[in-house]
Amino acid sequence: MQKFQLSRRKFLTSAALGASGLALSGCDAFDSVSNSDSAVRQILEGANGLTYRAQRLLVGRQALAQEFSESDIRQPMRPNGVTAPDDATYKGLLSNDFADWRLEVTGLVERPLSLSREQLMNMPARTQITRHDCVEGWSCIAKWTGTPLSLVLDQAAVKPQARYVIFHCLDTIDRDLSGDIKYYGSVDLIDARHPQTILAYGLNGKPLPVENGAPLRVRVERQLGYKMPKYIHKIELVDGFAAIGRGKGGYWEDNGYDWYGGI
Amino acid sequence: MTTPSNPDTLIYRQSGWTRLTHWIWAISLFFLLLTGLQIFNAHPALYLGKQSGFGFDNSVLAIGTIQGESGPRGVTEVFGTRFDTTGVFGLSEVGGQIRGRAFPAWATIPSHQDLGTGRVIHFFFAWVLVGTLLVWLTASVINGHLRRDLAPKVEDIKKLPADIAAHARLKFHHTRDYNTLQKLAYGGVLFVLLPLMILTGLAMSPSVNAGLPFIADLFGGRQSARTIHFAVMLLLVGFFIVHMLMILAAGPLNELRSIVTGWYRTDLPKRSGPKGSA
Repeated sequence: MQKFQLSRRKFLTSAALGASGLALSGCDAFDSVSNSDSAVRQILEGANGLTYRAQRLLVGRQALAQEFSESDIRQPMRPNGVTAPDDATYKGLLSNDFADWRLEVTGLVERPLSLSREQLMNMPARTQITRHDCVEGWSCIAKWTGTPLSLVLDQAAVKPQARYVIFHCLDTIDRDLSGDIKYYGSVDLIDARHPQTILAYGLNGKPLPVENGAPLRVRVERQLGYKMPKYIHKIELVDGFAAIGRGKGGYWEDNGYDWYGGI
Repeated sequence: MTTPSNPDTLIYRQSGWTRLTHWIWAISLFFLLLTGLQIFNAHPALYLGKQSGFGFDNSVLAIGTIQGESGPRGVTEVFGTRFDTTGVFGLSEVGGQIRGRAFPAWATIPSHQDLGTGRVIHFFFAWVLVGTLLVWLTASVINGHLRRDLAPKVEDIKKLPADIAAHARLKFHHTRDYNTLQKLAYGGVLFVLLPLMILTGLAMSPSVNAGLPFIADLFGGRQSARTIHFAVMLLLVGFFIVHMLMILAAGPLNELRSIVTGWYRTDLPKRSGPKGSA
């Protein structure tokens, strides 16, 4: 009996000590890792390369993202990020139902292109019911219709030294000292030429609404939503990211997200 | 302490592999938990099925902030039942300011909202955890730890009721071998909870979904997998709390010594042999 009481008292005291230790655990001791110049962060980011290679190893280049049935479309596509661009250029194009909008294809291509929406819509189309996964954690299933990006790339004849496709957008996502920052992002040519990678102008059987990226947005079905820019107006083929934004290949990548958004 | 301080009762209990991997897991799980809560805070709601219900209801948990009569309140909804969790979940203090956020600043890394950094740290330690599990599994098969110490035997199952009773009374026997509940708890974490964590984590990856779609299907869809990932996190936190309490109750210095140096003081001299307790 005596032994039990002793051990119970010790038990309770120790439990209280343990609990107070736990409360101190989170705090802000690791906040410096948020700084992109932090040496610790650069070590930790080394794992991103491993994650990327593991995904490429595990998932065949041509493996298709899951497609769903009409009955899985149970709600409107949830818009995220910029949903109503306030840019004068964009609003001007919108007021004319994008009749003056063009998709420029530039950079490391043999034949630079300038395509109207009609020209894109007259090319062979692909329709797919897929699940959009946001980096925040939510998912939404919708039906997308658009022109396979590979057809546009073939028409422009990509030069052999090109490695990445940069998407330039019309919407302002941020501002810094040098002015407005328009959204930008990139994928490599493996994902750019993937059969499900389309330049979408249709959503759930209707023209793509403004909140979801009208007149044209990218679908890269094996990656997260931040890799699928909306409101695009220019596709640029490059061999590196040095001249793009702060050099990481996209707006969110320049703000700490991994370039390959496959997980 | 009634244990006699006879040097004969000191035995070598934990191999270097067990000790090293134990501490790497401890560090990894600490970062995985706190960065996981950071990631959860980016969309603090859980659903069942393939997608998140915005136009329909398949929510099982949602944490948010509402406008109450006397100012904002933090609320947590579990299966449609709402609880006021002001101060902890949904509304808490950050640097002297009241902020609307799901998990409070002291429970997330970084303490402020930073999904990108949370993901970088989370995936780094996910690799460390998986790598260490493979090292431990290989070492434990080779050195016999798995078969000798962890695999429950028929007599372990027979001893289960007595073992539960002994634990309930905080009455511990210090022997070389793990007791039945220890085997079930450690085995459950290593062979059920951690593999579930890894699989549900992979099920959330759109790229892995394309290559291995059956993983997400197995759990009932990506959003169900995310919910299970969260639920298993709660079980792991539960394990951690019980683990700490048991160590404190069984004699923290002796238990710590064995997982740091490998040496453990048993109740009886070595020559009596390992005692099947209870």
